[in-house]
Amino acid sequence: MEFKREIKYESELDKDFAHWITSLPAGEKMKECIQCGTCSGSCPVSVYMDYTPREIIGMARMGFKDEVLKSYTIWLCASCYNCTVYCPMKIKITDLMYELKQRAIREGYYPKRFTVPVMAKEFFKMVRSAGRSTESYLLLKTFLKSNPMKLLSMTSLGLKLFKSGRIGLKKEKIRSQKELNTILDSILQEES
Amino acid sequence: MREYSYYPGCSAKGLAKAYEASVLSVFQYLGLTLHELEDWNCCGATFFNDIDGYLAVGLASRNLCLAEKRGLDLVAPCSACFLGLLKAKDKMENNTEIRERVLKGFEAAGLKYNGTAKIRHPLEVVINDVGLDKISEHVTHKLEGLRIAPYYGCQLVRPYSDFDDPMYPVSMDRLFHALGAEVTDYGCKTRCCGGALTGTVEDVGLRLNYILLHEAQRSGADCIVTVCPLCLFNLESYQKKINKLYGASFNIPILYFTQVMGLAFGIAHKKLGIEKAIISPEHLFATV
Ligand code: SF4
Ligand code: SF4
Repeated sequence: MEFKREIKYESELDKDFAHWITSLPAGEKMKECIQCGTCSGSCPVSVYMDYTPREIIGMARMGFKDEVLKSYTIWLCASCYNCTVYCPMKIKITDLMYELKQRAIREGYYPKRFTVPVMAKEFFKMVRSAGRSTESYLLLKTFLKSNPMKLLSMTSLGLKLFKSGRIGLKKEKIRSQKELNTILDSILQEES
Repeated sequence: MREYSYYPGCSAKGLAKAYEASVLSVFQYLGLTLHELEDWNCCGATFFNDIDGYLAVGLASRNLCLAEKRGLDLVAPCSACFLGLLKAKDKMENNTEIRERVLKGFEAAGLKYNGTAKIRHPLEVVINDVGLDKISEHVTHKLEGLRIAPYYGCQLVRPYSDFDDPMYPVSMDRLFHALGAEVTDYGCKTRCCGGALTGTVEDVGLRLNYILLHEAQRSGADCIVTVCPLCLFNLESYQKKINKLYGASFNIPILYFTQVMGLAFGIAHKKLGIEKAIISPEHLFATV
């Protein structure tokens, strides 16, 4: 029988990543995590995750960068805030999941054509340029880029929604797009 | 007569047209005036936060600037909008770095932000500003015998809500009693519907909704009533797929709480968007 080491040695961990996450406003309290597992127990999707929320918190603060950013966990998190409300140490786990998703997208750490980040990016583009989102176009663009088969499976539902006027071809947009751009561009500039 | 600013949110102009119709009808009936916020923009929902936390706050709080100008409480029916606005306000209050960046952006655009806008959900407004006794007095069509599973979902009650319990809220239960309906003991009232997962990771999303439907049926409910466009969409639109996948035979109407109120007040079905449902609830109200 061959034995393989699964756990990393300290020298193999990414210290910068650990430092980054624990110095975020949402991350400062991570050091106080007692690994009780209340977050995982209260999470409605933890049974589908490759790492439970408790493991993600434990691993992220230690610097397991690749494992954490490559995990499906961060994309499965539905932002239900169960964990945040229940955590005895008041750690903002949901907000940390958002931070991890942002970083994974920034650094290209997600499977190609994986629908969650594709939809997030399409939504972002749409709202950034029109000020509002239009559901029909969001679904169309997302699935064309990630999973065209899904569109086929949605045609009968789509027709029903179209007939009742719940989806249409009109694109929603705001009049003050310039004002919104000024605000968002200024925030971006500050960021870089 | 009370007046409020109204933040419809993007869904109100699309999938959730029936929510908007029923909110407007019921508020008007109760003598509450809603003024749609002039040129409001998207709250950012969950997805904008997946991309950039700073921009998400800037985006959502532009609406708060607009509401401040008008000086009225801001009513947001969609749970994701309600949370998105509350979250932006919280970040502006408690995160100096975000606040400074966003304020600079507002300055560049000539907007003022003081953090005085009050964000409210219509469920809380009807209970606190109108009151359950008054609501009972308005009932012309008592919903006797109707058994409702009250479904609150996540983002209305967590993590910022202070008007009800984050895990076992009861405000809708009390409201339906006041309308003469029965409320079932629904153990999943704040269990997650998965949000966008039905679209993005279908297996998981469908399973979550199967559990919600199954428990509602077990509780003996005739219908599930929600406060959120996405919850309603998930629970209603995927029933056929869920039936096929799990060998079930659900045919459970899903309604907005304002539609139920409107029905009890005798408001015409058309004005409540009842006909927009995929699973018609008409049979439940045939006798009402
Ligand atoms: S509930 Fe809080 S303290 Fe417990 S494991 Fe999760 S993050 Fe750590
Ligand atoms: S917010 Fe995300 S991680 Fe936390 S309980 Fe909900 S789905 Fe799980």
